[in-house]
Amino acid sequence: MTSLYVFTSIAVITSYLFNPEKTKKGFKKGWMKFSKTLPDYLKLLMIISVILLLSQDFIITYLSQDNIFIGLILSLLIGSVTMMPGFIAYPLAKILVNNGVPYMVVAGFVTSLMLVGIVTFPLEKKYFGTKATLMRNSLSFMVAFGIAILMGIFYGEVFI
Amino acid sequence: MKKINKNYILFFAFVVFAIISYLASFDLGIRIWDNFLVFAKDMVLILPPAFILIGLFDVWAKNDQVEKHFGNTSNPLRFLWSILLASTTVGGTFVAFPLANSMYHKGARYSSILTYVTAASLFMIPMSIMEASMLGIRFTVIRLIGSLPFIIFGAILLEKYFEKTNYILPEIID
Repeated sequence: MTSLYVFTSIAVITSYLFNPEKTKKGFKKGWMKFSKTLPDYLKLLMIISVILLLSQDFIITYLSQDNIFIGLILSLLIGSVTMMPGFIAYPLAKILVNNGVPYMVVAGFVTSLMLVGIVTFPLEKKYFGTKATLMRNSLSFMVAFGIAILMGIFYGEVFI
Repeated sequence: MKKINKNYILFFAFVVFAIISYLASFDLGIRIWDNFLVFAKDMVLILPPAFILIGLFDVWAKNDQVEKHFGNTSNPLRFLWSILLASTTVGGTFVAFPLANSMYHKGARYSSILTYVTAASLFMIPMSIMEASMLGIRFTVIRLIGSLPFIIFGAILLEKYFEKTNYILPEIID
């Protein structure tokens, strides 16, 4: 976080020394883009705060399946519709692993959590358009599936 | 008069709901608000500098430079640039979406920005370090290396489709 501020400050100062006019224009552009999407960010935050109520117990119960493939499908689905910051997601993932949930299922959850954004759809749509957003997320779902299977193979949980 | 975005109204109702929840000790409402603060804190810290950088990128980055590294005439190295740029993007996809949009309108190819956006959610350095400490370095290494072919192949596949259908990304203008 500090590095972001240091980097931004250096960028702004350098830019200003080279061309104050351009820098002001850059600020204006940045602000314009920010204010255009701020309502969407707010909406997103509100949705996430409700979704986070989906308690950790719920996720642990549903991912602790006897059948590894049912667990995988559930992990991909739950990961796609939820969204949580890393400092909540990873401790949860650790609990899952400690509870004996296969790495493949944990990987499905973690990667679809990061990659597939059903909640971020309205925001992504602004920048990518509906069609590209839809296709990118569908593809991401498959990528998450692929990574999970790979993980299962490496950890010796599935055999092909 | 400018029309007020309905999300602002919704947000106002949300804040009122939170205040009432606190006054009435309504547990569910308090928990929702606490969750909101967790994310809002990050947003407040990350978004202003991120959008300043995006604005500066917009005025300084020359179209031919973007095109050279991420665009039509470029070589496969553009995937490397996209992934490097992604791993250093703070804020993940929230910041990656607007930057990818800017890059596109400066001449970057679809496969470059798609690689960038996908990698921005998978390759974030601080998050990967945290993951390795929680789930073991092996997990993280398999995930990172294993996802590379999927990301690049997927990006190329989508690009083919978008180019065939002449799809154009929306532009954020006044």
